[in-house]
Amino acid sequence: MQALYAQLLVGLINGSFYALLSLGLAVIFGMLNIINFAHGALYMMGAFVAYFLLNLGGVNYWWALLLAPIIVGIFGMILERTMLQWLTGLDHLYGLLLTFGIALIVQGVFQNYFGSSGLPYAIPDQLKGGMNLGFMFLPVYRGWVVIFSLVVCLATWFLIEKTRLGAYLRAATENPTLVRAFGINVPRMITLTYGLGVGLAALAGVLSAPINQVRPLMGADLIIVVFAVVVIGGMGSIMGSIITGFALGVIEGLTKYFYPEASNTVVFVLMVVVLLVKPTGLTGRAA
Amino acid sequence: MPETAMAEAPARAAIGGNILQVRNLEAWYGESHILHGINFDVNAGEVVTLLGRNGAGKTTTLKSIMGIIGKRAGSIKFNDQEIMRATSDKIARMGIAFCPEERGIFSSLDVRENLLLPPVVRPGGLPLEQIFDLFPNLKERLSSQGTKLSGGEQQMLAIARILRTGASFLMLDEPTEGLAPVIIQQIGHTIARLKKEGFTILLVEQNFRFASTVADRYYVVEHGKIIDGFSNAELAANMDKLHTYLGV
Repeated sequence: MQALYAQLLVGLINGSFYALLSLGLAVIFGMLNIINFAHGALYMMGAFVAYFLLNLGGVNYWWALLLAPIIVGIFGMILERTMLQWLTGLDHLYGLLLTFGIALIVQGVFQNYFGSSGLPYAIPDQLKGGMNLGFMFLPVYRGWVVIFSLVVCLATWFLIEKTRLGAYLRAATENPTLVRAFGINVPRMITLTYGLGVGLAALAGVLSAPINQVRPLMGADLIIVVFAVVVIGGMGSIMGSIITGFALGVIEGLTKYFYPEASNTVVFVLMVVVLLVKPTGLTGRAA
Repeated sequence: MPETAMAEAPARAAIGGNILQVRNLEAWYGESHILHGINFDVNAGEVVTLLGRNGAGKTTTLKSIMGIIGKRAGSIKFNDQEIMRATSDKIARMGIAFCPEERGIFSSLDVRENLLLPPVVRPGGLPLEQIFDLFPNLKERLSSQGTKLSGGEQQMLAIARILRTGASFLMLDEPTEGLAPVIIQQIGHTIARLKKEGFTILLVEQNFRFASTVADRYYVVEHGKIIDGFSNAELAANMDKLHTYLGV
């Protein structure tokens, strides 16, 4: 039983990263209509920025949680202003190819300087140790990752679904020309939205650093699964991404316990089934 | 009518002053040359209607004024300020509001969110109570999804949301299209009331019977040019010509 709970916890932690990353992808796809293949590389950059902040600037984990998303978010906004904005109105394929190229360049540069092995990033003192819950031992840091990710995901959902700013975003997703004709600076909003999506990826990177170490290819390993999560949840669906992210993490964890051989493929099998039964995804709307 | 709104009406309409000047306006959709030198004026506080057949260039004229058409040439002055090079968000913030032909109700937003979406660009917009006074149906449907409203209610919502913004110059593109006669009548009353409130309105209409109930002046658009213009007082004398122009 202990092993089952342990796998469930691993599933929830993976689900946290899936949710944060797929949420960012959903926000970016919804607003920019771009399939952001650079998302994994930006997640990795978040972890590296936290590493640099700690080792070069002495900036601790807590500040890194704030600063890394801002720094990588600004990098993302520069990418959007200088490259992605020119793809407006073009086929999705162009955005996918461009962001895939950006991902390869970013990962290549980091790999060139840091190799492929992981760099250590210590768990902050306040989150070290664990708790015996009776039925399982819960490492405090892992519990923190799950809860903090959930809070960030719900806050993002609230921002987009329940606020005036979110209404601008949703409206601009449908008809940016008209929203702009109402007096809203849509290009600036698009840039900030891309920054927000990228910032979420970077935040996931910082959270991941003490668990998975800091590696140039840490995002490349994850991004394919995250895309499957987004497809299953429904492209552009905010709540769909969050729920699917956590749910698929748990399903993956359960599969590791009951039938480990299928744990790496279960997400993709589910994706195929969803595409066959409901191509718009579980919570996606038909175009 | 609330006192505050009535008090603001004169500020909106410095009656008679020229508010919009369009000179030699040309516009293109890709390689297609749609407008071939449009010229007309709109004075503050009046309702001016662009009449013309389908594809004449009426909607393109409104979109060009709003800055939505990318490729344009000529001159458009709003309150003596050239707006030809301004982006549509800046044009909106100068006090021009646009209600598109397809209404542009957002399906992902409920009625309240649709209504509150356009930001207030300047003081003098109608308060919500007064908007609900004009369109009582909307008050009852605030939490409904915008696109679940009937065609008439969607049109009311499309007009209502630009009245909040403080824009003094409204451009309404075919507000009666596809609506039942009773709703058309209601829209007519609303436009007449907005005119009394001091709004300046540029209306695009194919239904000149409706337009004649609200308009002060008319311009006829054909093949991307203004080919005629007359006041409401001259309408009866121009009916034969108008029938020829519009093919009715």
